[in-house]
Amino acid sequence: MAFLSTTDLFDQFGRIQRDLDALFGTLPIGIRAMAAGSYPPFNIGSTPKQVDVYVFAAGMDPQKLDVSLEQNLLTIAGERVSEPPEGVQIYRSERFSGQFKRVLALPEDIDPDKVNASYKDGVLHITIQRKEELQSRKIEVKA
Amino acid sequence: MSENKAVQQTKTEQAKAQSGSETFIRPDVDIYEDATGITLKADLPGVSRERLDVQVDNDTLTISGEAAIDMPEGMEPIYADINTTHYRRSFTLSKELDLDQISAELKNGELTLRLPKRAEVQPRKIEVKAA
Repeated sequence: MAFLSTTDLFDQFGRIQRDLDALFGTLPIGIRAMAAGSYPPFNIGSTPKQVDVYVFAAGMDPQKLDVSLEQNLLTIAGERVSEPPEGVQIYRSERFSGQFKRVLALPEDIDPDKVNASYKDGVLHITIQRKEELQSRKIEVKA
Repeated sequence: MSENKAVQQTKTEQAKAQSGSETFIRPDVDIYEDATGITLKADLPGVSRERLDVQVDNDTLTISGEAAIDMPEGMEPIYADINTTHYRRSFTLSKELDLDQISAELKNGELTLRLPKRAEVQPRKIEVKAA
């Protein structure tokens, strides 16, 4: 069941992406926004407590992934070597090969000291906590 | 009674599949050939071994997979390049490949398929003896 909700959430991602695409024609976009199709693709999601970034970069050596955070700018850089052996006949070469770097603007209220990154099945998952003082608190109304 | 239920369930599943809401990512591939066979590499980030399916049906090779992503409860999307968790892509194979000998390896979301040629079509080195 948990998996179903994953799909739903990705459908939501899709809807928002389409909405955003529709708006991009008229509204100004982020100065650091990169054209669609840049490598590696990523998703960003948020909850009141944290921001989650998912970077889809298959076949990487985790040691060669360089993740840094400066204020609210997250930089993901690395190099992927996927050269076919010499002397073969190449029919398709679609997969990304070479160096890459992407800079992502995250919400302003993240805490750069509370970052966690893991790499599993070709997805780099970075979790950044939001600053506590900015999290909304429920205020109890006394009788 | 239970049979009816099963039929209904199947119908619901079919309706789901036909509703057209299902979209697939077409994974990027590299394909190259050497003297003994063809190598196919596909990027399937987020797909684990359990969620990967490689099938050969007659002469069609189909790679499909489901990405499983850990998400905290109540997460809302801010930005997305990837809009679906389904991967699928098919290829037509040729007769000289030995379909029983296909091997697959998945590592860090990178699939490597090796499709060897049949032994009888592999090039043979012919030794020239001195007269």
